Amino acid sequence: MSTVDHDPGEVTPFASGDALPERFDNPGLPEHRHRLADIDATAAKRAERQVATLFGLSAVGTILTLVAYFSVKFEGHLSDNAYLSRVQLSNVLLGVGLFLALFGIGAGAVHWAKTLMPDEERIELRHDMRSSDEDRADAVAILREGSAEAGLGRRPLIRNSLIGALLLAPTPALVFLRDAGPMPGDALSVTPWKKGDKLVRDIEGGQPIKASDLQIGSVVHVMPDGLQAPGEKLEDRAKAAVLLMRLDPADLDETSSAGAYDGIVAYSKICTHMGCPVGLYEQQTHHLLCPCHQSTFDVTKNCEVIFGPAKRPLPQLAITVDDEGYLIAKDGFKQAIGPSFWER
Amino acid sequence: MASAALVLLALVVTGSLYAFAVPAKAAPAAADDVSAGKQLFLANCSTCHGLNAEGRRNAPSLVGVGAAAVDFQVGSGRMPLQASGPQAPATGKKFSDEDIRRLAAYVASLGPGPAIPAADAVDPTKGDAARGADLFRTNCAMCHNFAANGGALTHGKYAPNLNGTSPTQIYEAMLTGPQSMPVFSDTNLDPKSKQDIIAWVRTIKQAPNPGGLNLGGIGPVSEGLVGWIVGLVALVGCAVWLGAKAS
Repeated sequence: MSTVDHDPGEVTPFASGDALPERFDNPGLPEHRHRLADIDATAAKRAERQVATLFGLSAVGTILTLVAYFSVKFEGHLSDNAYLSRVQLSNVLLGVGLFLALFGIGAGAVHWAKTLMPDEERIELRHDMRSSDEDRADAVAILREGSAEAGLGRRPLIRNSLIGALLLAPTPALVFLRDAGPMPGDALSVTPWKKGDKLVRDIEGGQPIKASDLQIGSVVHVMPDGLQAPGEKLEDRAKAAVLLMRLDPADLDETSSAGAYDGIVAYSKICTHMGCPVGLYEQQTHHLLCPCHQSTFDVTKNCEVIFGPAKRPLPQLAITVDDEGYLIAKDGFKQAIGPSFWER
Repeated sequence: MASAALVLLALVVTGSLYAFAVPAKAAPAAADDVSAGKQLFLANCSTCHGLNAEGRRNAPSLVGVGAAAVDFQVGSGRMPLQASGPQAPATGKKFSDEDIRRLAAYVASLGPGPAIPAADAVDPTKGDAARGADLFRTNCAMCHNFAANGGALTHGKYAPNLNGTSPTQIYEAMLTGPQSMPVFSDTNLDPKSKQDIIAWVRTIKQAPNPGGLNLGGIGPVSEGLVGWIVGLVALVGCAVWLGAKAS
């Protein structure tokens, strides 16, 4: 900056003649600052002891782990609570011991490197990226020669047959992918529920349910009869879960009462959003809440969505009673249960 | 003494706006539980539930709810209602056992309803905890959580955790279906099943946790929060230490 402008109306941060320099000078390394341990022998001794302590801590952790592993036993005749207490003690000791063993080594090594190992800065310049002209010419010559010797241009039969073979090779993948698994067929749209199926309780072998046994405000988790054998038909059971609720018949609107029996309604328990079990029924507000993403269905309005990400109501299972008063399905589900899919 | 306590309770219950309407006469010397209960009812409950327990807007009729409902609601301190809100919280018992018994006798006299279960029927040691676990997971766990630690419902309502809930209260809640909870009458869950469920809740609450801290036992949310906040902060701390120059 060569001149100073005294005119207060014209303030320029840079004088007009001041150009940026052609290139900046290398500022070099900042001044090396010595660590306490480099200049003070007591500090170095202290750091040495700290590192050794950390390594020693690791050794203690390792021994603790071994001792805990062999001394905390939970075999033999123990009550359930005593057994779980032993497991808890074992887990805590093993966890703490292994943590000390590994963290001690790591922390000691880092502390050692930071306080005692040399930390003088060194400069090593990168070599040029470009190869020498001779090497470049050699490489080009090799490529040219290889291409000429292969003679692709002179032997079109080989070239064309190779192209054909390469094009054909991936086609088996199409077949493999097509047959990678059975197509779902109607498995997504159809559940085991059919006309006349008894509604039975979800547990303990599935007792049928009498309509007269349900008080207003009751909830029962039900399955169709015939899926109770353990371990069998799990996919069917997964689709067939139904929630049975009894409301005051006056609370139900016309669409809900169409499939209801005296205030008892049955809806698919599989959320139409992501397929979670919708089981949180509030008997005063008649809201049915899905715990996963808070989709809320209004049972009095045929389970229409009143909140949350679900896009369609829970499908209703129309029910009635048989001659003995047991609840049965009037028909299967009229629409696919669970999350929407492309062909629904 | 009794009348002073009664006045205090009445004031808490009805609030200063209604304080003038509460005569708070001392309960007569328990000649008859029903009439004594009626006096208590008139002093403490009738402002909302009506002079004949017929119910008003936002306060249900108590005809036919039975002694079990009174014992549950008043015994857990849900009633008298502390403040209007999405749900009546359990605030601890405000009445003596004797007064609760009288109130229950009065409400039970209004219409037939479920009675308070006998001590024998709720004894957790007589239930089958393994069967109770099955029943609990099917009927209760969706709201009360697999470890009976409670969970959220819609619009600020919640299923409470069952830590401080006595066996009798668990039984009464199943029987009467308080607030948002569905009713599990004896034809739906028989008394044996109820006892099994109580046994399971007792078992799970007393079992030690084999994994160390249980973090509230409410599932992946609390575990994730602790993992992300505590674990990640520790890792960031290590990284900062690694990068810092030694002094």
